[in-house]
Amino acid sequence: MIDLVTLAAQEAGELQAGLTAIGRGIVYGGAAIGPGIGIGLVVGNAITAMARQPESAGVVRTTMFLGIAFTEALALFGFVLSFIISG
Amino acid sequence: MLLGLDFPPISHLTEWDGFAFDGTPFEFNKVTLIYVVAVGLTLWFFGAAGRRGSLVPHGVQNMAEASVDFIKDSVILQTIGPDGMRYLPFLTSMFFFIFFINIFEIVPFIQFPGNARMAVPLMLALIVWVLYIVLGIKHQGPFGYLKNSLIPPGVPWPLLFLVVPIEFVSTFLVRPFSLAIRLFANMLAGHLILSTFAILCAALFSKTLLIVILPFSFGLLIALTAFEILVAGLQAFIFTILTGVYVGSSLHPEH
Repeated sequence: MIDLVTLAAQEAGELQAGLTAIGRGIVYGGAAIGPGIGIGLVVGNAITAMARQPESAGVVRTTMFLGIAFTEALALFGFVLSFIISG
Repeated sequence: MLLGLDFPPISHLTEWDGFAFDGTPFEFNKVTLIYVVAVGLTLWFFGAAGRRGSLVPHGVQNMAEASVDFIKDSVILQTIGPDGMRYLPFLTSMFFFIFFINIFEIVPFIQFPGNARMAVPLMLALIVWVLYIVLGIKHQGPFGYLKNSLIPPGVPWPLLFLVVPIEFVSTFLVRPFSLAIRLFANMLAGHLILSTFAILCAALFSKTLLIVILPFSFGLLIALTAFEILVAGLQAFIFTILTGVYVGSSLHPEH
């Protein structure tokens, strides 16, 4: 039987590095879920609007980019945060 | 299989040694050079376009007039309105400054988007932050601006205890922060993706069986480079249009 506590005490540096790497992955992966759904909703509804009223496509496209930009910011916060996290 | 692939730490991809005034605050390195060249390109572009001012535009003048029309139609008239025309020079030059810095991401032998360092996005975002706060105070008065930006119309009064702090944080703190982070993180992510695939291609270029994967990896590298051209233009456009939205919200409050 491997005693986990002894192992952790022996390999403290390696454990920390590994956990930091896992933490970075979780931070960015978690931060990408919500914006992924959100951008899908924004673009999907924009396409519906453009298909229903093609003459208003210009306004819809500008507003769509705005919506994408606001939604995407959350994912980018996670991206930057995953670099800031250090062991 | 590819365990021998050593991916450099991120500081090797974004930090450069200075080649003049090393060790002083005025250190001059590749990133600074990109900024200076981008300023020069922006000045040259509009200088060359405006030099002759012929009635039937062609060449550089044609491009500049088309781009000014683009900023006018899709940024100013959509977000601020006809009275925002006085911000046309500011928004146009900002768009081209950001775009020229970004496009160095795919210029051969330079291949670094200057906006992947925080300096320029942060300063531009601070300029926009000061601009829309000053404009809001100027057009609505200090108390009117605070009231219009913190208290959304039609909210029942008990909810105000919740809404006012949220609006304060989102209007005065998160706005400039997200504006800077958005540009910075997009360009850094693009640079990391391109360098990852370039390193992978270099590692696959060997005498082993791995070379059969190389065409796919290289094809994806080319496709991502084309995608990064789109991202460079799109991020410059988004920065400009968000500036327009913030300035517009200071000039015309919601009622």
